[in-house]
Amino acid sequence: MTAQAAFHAALLDVACPVPEGLCDGSGRPAGRRYGVYRNNVAVSLRDALDTGFPATARLLGAENFAHVAGRFLRSAPPTTPVMMHYGTGFPAFLEGLAPLAHLPYLGDVARIELALRASYHAADSPVADATILQGLDETAFFEARLVLAPSVRLLRSPWPALAIWTYTLRPNSPKPLAGAQDTLILRPDFDPEPHLLPDGGFAFLEGLDRGHCLGAAMDQAGEGFDPGPTLGLLLAGGGISFIHPPKE
Amino acid sequence: MQAQSPLLPTAVGVGYKPKHFTAILADAAPVRWLEIHAENYMGDGGRPIAQLRHLAERLAISVHGVGLSIGGEGRLDPDHLARLRHLCDWLNPASFSEHLAWSTHDSHFYNDLLPLPYTAASLARVCDHIDEVQTVLRRRMLLENPSSYLAFAASTLSETDFLRAVTQRTGCGLLLDVNNVFVSATNLGYSATGYIDAIPLDQVGEIHLGGHDVDCDDHGAPLLIDSHGRAVVDPVWSLLDHTLAQSGPRPVLVEWDTDVPAWPVLMQEARRADRALGRLKVAA
Repeated sequence: MTAQAAFHAALLDVACPVPEGLCDGSGRPAGRRYGVYRNNVAVSLRDALDTGFPATARLLGAENFAHVAGRFLRSAPPTTPVMMHYGTGFPAFLEGLAPLAHLPYLGDVARIELALRASYHAADSPVADATILQGLDETAFFEARLVLAPSVRLLRSPWPALAIWTYTLRPNSPKPLAGAQDTLILRPDFDPEPHLLPDGGFAFLEGLDRGHCLGAAMDQAGEGFDPGPTLGLLLAGGGISFIHPPKE
Repeated sequence: MQAQSPLLPTAVGVGYKPKHFTAILADAAPVRWLEIHAENYMGDGGRPIAQLRHLAERLAISVHGVGLSIGGEGRLDPDHLARLRHLCDWLNPASFSEHLAWSTHDSHFYNDLLPLPYTAASLARVCDHIDEVQTVLRRRMLLENPSSYLAFAASTLSETDFLRAVTQRTGCGLLLDVNNVFVSATNLGYSATGYIDAIPLDQVGEIHLGGHDVDCDDHGAPLLIDSHGRAVVDPVWSLLDHTLAQSGPRPVLVEWDTDVPAWPVLMQEARRADRALGRLKVAA
């Protein structure tokens, strides 16, 4: 085994003995000196998860979160030095832990946090001029295509995931009520903000995101869907980069 | 190789933290340059990139990589190298530096600076990696000496001989972290000033200062941990004076990465570094 392979093998496994060939300045076995590296690695990865998933951490409590994060970082160390992306597998990992089965919404709360982080680092884009839509006649309106900003994120949940996220992090928020919630994340300037989507809003935005025209996206949202509130949210939050009216 | 323009000022810099953005724009003096961790600016957009563009209009920027794993046994990650190239291309920083350490093994990244033995084989590998970095980035890089908590029985070269050989073979410069020198010298029982005297100071393009924590090993001997979470201690300031007296003025950076203090506290450290540089001018 190479020096690095031996050093690496025991790094995340505290049950593994300190590798041979490591010593202090007088040639004595390194002992707890090796533990400094073990500790640095585990603490820095755990801190990254704690920073990236603040609501998840609070829902679990500090001690439980440290334990769960420790298991995750050992099973899935980062695969890139770009730490802003670390933890993409964390929501699914949480859902797979039997002792957390009594918190079935936890994965979706973590997905909101992951999406907020992705939105924060997403590419900048122009904000479409909303008056273009107002100037279209009815036929042209339904045939127009909207390009969503790269910072927009859409999430579905069978749980009140957004209400739980809000209640956990923001004082004086209403207590979550049972029920599914779909979330739209918008980044007007630099700070992503999650919004609750009305019924049909998710399917509508998913349609737009796939390049369907407004009329087709409304059809996907279901009978009687009013696109007004969702379009209003998008336009107010800089969520539309381009509006393409139909070609004449 | 592309000329580095602008050059890092022979003055005080600080490690950039977003919480200091407004204070820096209001009045950064005596700070004339900032150092950023490259990996924090590898997103596609948003506030980090916008702030960096703003700051780069006012102050010189040093890009400091923490994840390239130059000391690793495997090949450098071509994707990561491409990200560094992209950052250096649009930002055109005054300096690019990385560490004599490894952090990636079998495609797993450990988010820490891990040590390597100093041997002919590791020297050859590090030099190959630095050649590749300098070729891809089209600029000379600086290599930083590590903080060491242990040594390798397999090492056949001293760290200073290793670093000297790297500069001779690759043409790279050195980033001399005097806190790391103090930490390693204490932990491994050698002379910190002896280390400074053995390093090729003419190749040092930047000096780092930072704080460390104090622990102890299995035998009760002091074990210093490079934490960047507190003020620089007096013996490290003395080591800076010892270094500058021989090297002459250099860009000096104060690093404070954890428990980041308010700007005025960081400025006390920056002003102290500025005075250390100022004493040289008086002496000259």
